[in-house]
Amino acid sequence: MVDKKIKTLGDALRRNGVSRRGFLKFCTATASMMALPPAMVPALAASLDKARRPSVIWLSFQECTGCTESLTRSHSPTLENLIFDHISLDYHHTLQAASGHAAEAAREEAMRANEGNYLVVVDGAIPLGNPGYSTIAGFSNLQILEETAAGAAAVIAVGSCAAFGGLPKADPNPTGAVSVRDIVTDKPVVNVSGCPPIPVVITGVLAHFLTFGTLPELDEYGRPKAFFGTSIHDRCYRRPFYDKGLFANTFDDEGARKGWCLYKLGCKGPMTYNACATVKWNEGTSWPVESGHGCLGCSQPDFWDAGGFYNALSIPVGDISRTTSYAAAAGLGVAAVAAGINHKTKVAARKRHDRVTIDDLEKIS
Amino acid sequence: MDARDTIPILIETSAATDGCFQNTRPLLHEIAHALRRLQLEGVATTLDLSAIPFGPGDERQLIDFLGKGEVSAKLEAMGESLIWESRYAGVWIVEHRSTSSERLAFQLEITKLPAILASQPEDIAESLLMLREALESPQADGTLV
Repeated sequence: MVDKKIKTLGDALRRNGVSRRGFLKFCTATASMMALPPAMVPALAASLDKARRPSVIWLSFQECTGCTESLTRSHSPTLENLIFDHISLDYHHTLQAASGHAAEAAREEAMRANEGNYLVVVDGAIPLGNPGYSTIAGFSNLQILEETAAGAAAVIAVGSCAAFGGLPKADPNPTGAVSVRDIVTDKPVVNVSGCPPIPVVITGVLAHFLTFGTLPELDEYGRPKAFFGTSIHDRCYRRPFYDKGLFANTFDDEGARKGWCLYKLGCKGPMTYNACATVKWNEGTSWPVESGHGCLGCSQPDFWDAGGFYNALSIPVGDISRTTSYAAAAGLGVAAVAAGINHKTKVAARKRHDRVTIDDLEKIS
Repeated sequence: MDARDTIPILIETSAATDGCFQNTRPLLHEIAHALRRLQLEGVATTLDLSAIPFGPGDERQLIDFLGKGEVSAKLEAMGESLIWESRYAGVWIVEHRSTSSERLAFQLEITKLPAILASQPEDIAESLLMLREALESPQADGTLV
């Protein structure tokens, strides 16, 4: 537990005997984690030295706890831990010792004490079909999210379920699952998608808020551009083989053995935006493509309904009418929901599960 | 020792692909441009290698190519950091590791001397205070320590 008397991150590190060199090393690693250019390190050092402890309330709804696992099982002790140690995690019903009324009281106290300044982290989708599908302390997920988000500075939707509905929303969406953005429309919502998300991307967003007191620049899906700004395909080390037209056609042919492009085996890298190709997984050991398997596209909306992981590029779409009707039933702005579903997706919906050939892709690009 | 080394699985990389993903050469061109900037304008450049899409073997090929020059240093602060000049003067490799030897950052610095090696003003100020305190509070027997 962090000493509550320690006001800033700089204080905390100095109290732990960390030298200025150690602090600069910490800043260098943090800049790398946040995908900031190395030239930003001095500015980052100045900001981090003064960074204060934000209160964080973590809500888990329709989820598998994989996102929390991704974060807490990350290499330890690391930068993620240092960042995570520095926030005041006031409510996380998977991790906290308190339960029942005491746990809910902790959440309410954190909300009251940090009104307008706390962060809400959400993993899991919100069921609107029937409130009883997922409840905490007798309250529906929708009630808890609306109540907790009301006084928050911002909401971070962690994982594809919270960001886009994820697996719970997969066709036929039996619980009427929706994303955080379908519910919270009057606060900044950052989507850190992935199934699960890369741990450093989660902490990178927290570090950005901690450092600059603001949220990072977002893409059209509300994801931080620093991590989701380029496609897997564009950053893939196998890209030169794609450019030369060298593909693996099966998982054990010559192309597979030589590490050629996995596009024909269903790799969704060309339409997936995430940082796996550079940040990698398990302490930077590897990532799916390096292990010989195509990208599943898990950080894209509705990836579960993409029509088969091993089909050459299919385009994931959702059941638009169903999502819209659930949102409307919850008293949300239908127009706002519909606006979030762009024209391209509607066109793609008509071609659902169609096979796209290499020639088609080259025509597109 | 890295915990992964205890896993009794040997990862084999095909000889056909070992270090042949063609991602090293473009980076070496970038290093050459940065070195030219350092020479002509005195402008230092830092390249974050963790942001480069390396395939298996690419990183080793780069580091082998750069080799080791005359200077190397070890920094002990929040874990070990290894800093060495490559055989190309002005091209430094900086690897920061955590207390459990996991890599936190891996960078190439094209500079005369990586800034983290210099004594920091904050630490110098603290050292001065500590030294004065020691001088003003000699032990009972008159020795300094």
